[in-house]
Amino acid sequence: MKTRVRFTVNGDTIDTAIDVRATLLDFIREELRLTGTKKGCDHGQCGACTVLVDGKRSLSCLKFAASLEGRAVITIEGIGKPDALHPLQAAFIKHDAFQCGFCTSGQIMSALEVIGDPLANTCEAISEKMSGNLCRCGAYPNIVAAIMEVKSNGTV
Amino acid sequence: MEPFEFVRPTDIQDVLVAIRRPGSRILAGGTSLVDLMKLGVEAPSTVVDINALPLSMISVEGDALSIGALASNSDVAVHRAVKQHAPAVGQALLSGASGQIRNAATVGGNLLQRTRCTYFRSRDWPCNKREPGSGCAAIEGVNVGHAVLGISRSCIAVHPSDIAVALLAVDAYVHLASVAGERRIAIGDFYCQPGDTPSVETVIGPNELITKVEIPITNLNATSSYLKLRGRASYEFASASVATAILRDGDIVIDAAVAVGGLGTVPWRNRTAEKLLIGKKLTQESILAFCDALFAPASATPSNTYKLALARGAIHRTLRGGAEW
Repeated sequence: MKTRVRFTVNGDTIDTAIDVRATLLDFIREELRLTGTKKGCDHGQCGACTVLVDGKRSLSCLKFAASLEGRAVITIEGIGKPDALHPLQAAFIKHDAFQCGFCTSGQIMSALEVIGDPLANTCEAISEKMSGNLCRCGAYPNIVAAIMEVKSNGTV
Repeated sequence: MEPFEFVRPTDIQDVLVAIRRPGSRILAGGTSLVDLMKLGVEAPSTVVDINALPLSMISVEGDALSIGALASNSDVAVHRAVKQHAPAVGQALLSGASGQIRNAATVGGNLLQRTRCTYFRSRDWPCNKREPGSGCAAIEGVNVGHAVLGISRSCIAVHPSDIAVALLAVDAYVHLASVAGERRIAIGDFYCQPGDTPSVETVIGPNELITKVEIPITNLNATSSYLKLRGRASYEFASASVATAILRDGDIVIDAAVAVGGLGTVPWRNRTAEKLLIGKKLTQESILAFCDALFAPASATPSNTYKLALARGAIHRTLRGGAEW
């Protein structure tokens, strides 16, 4: 079954009939070809598919695209460009906050919320707030350092 | 995933009509249902998306705190009135899941989330909860995380919710609506122990919708707190948890509520045992007597008996500030 749904992705209006079984993750990767958002576990455990929905980090693998009527979605492609990186993107490069890079877009989309969280003001608190994003390369200390720098300075 | 019909009513009456369809399931945050549909554990013929309903309000109404069924875990956890009148509820929410899931998950959905029992979540194993009459693979299987309270020969799956434990300690009510009208149920009467019918988890009818949760504003509830013990420091279900609220006159306990999670097939509380604390000081002896009464009906396996020690430690730590037992 298909249903009509209207929402935005990175500011562009999507108004289309979609298979009701499609998750937001599969829709943005397969239909919109925005492949920066990664499919890790596909069961809400790893955080690789994190996007913003109405400004709040959310797991795109656990949302039916059909349920997004009226919402605004931002993916990693919507926050910076190669010649104009978001400060978090620049900080991840500076602090070597990844090895293979598969989890990185999810880490950054999640960190976008954490840099605005007044409770996340120590390395321990940032680790707690970022616990929904796994990194199998184990770059955690550098990820926390990158987030801490942006939190402290606003820029890199 | 099995095909299904998707409807998105914008009016509550239309939702109440839609959920009367046999095989329908309500979709709120989706963090539990979408996952279970991918696993084939849930296969609704109709998904009723209720996200258009205005049910996310958190407000003080008279002498009660009201939390709409669609309020997100994140919003409830940091709300001033929640922190003031039922701190255990906010603490329980922040101790659960991850930031992403807390943003999407709702209070109504949290109360109805299904167990994390591995055998329930895989169609490769028998499970009386998923497929009534098929048997229970957990009783003779790996049951290190399973329940020690409220179990039956049919099911030992543990209830996964943190907030339900906190809500039990603060004597919350669950409000339900159907085309027949509205009713409210004390959270203590909301969950069903498995008995011979583990697929029946709550008293909610097939045509009913949770509309809100109501927490009485009392001096006791304002003292509530939540302690969760688990296998890793974050993003993990409880091995044992405890929600407590205590009112004292000097050193003497005049009112007490203690609910435990991670141990029961349902969130667990024993009001008779709580009476053992009334009129007493919170000493090692009085807390021991309370724990002995609370856990008297427990039945553990060699793999999960550690949960009883964990829970006793958590209760001592919460009530006395020390982890002796």
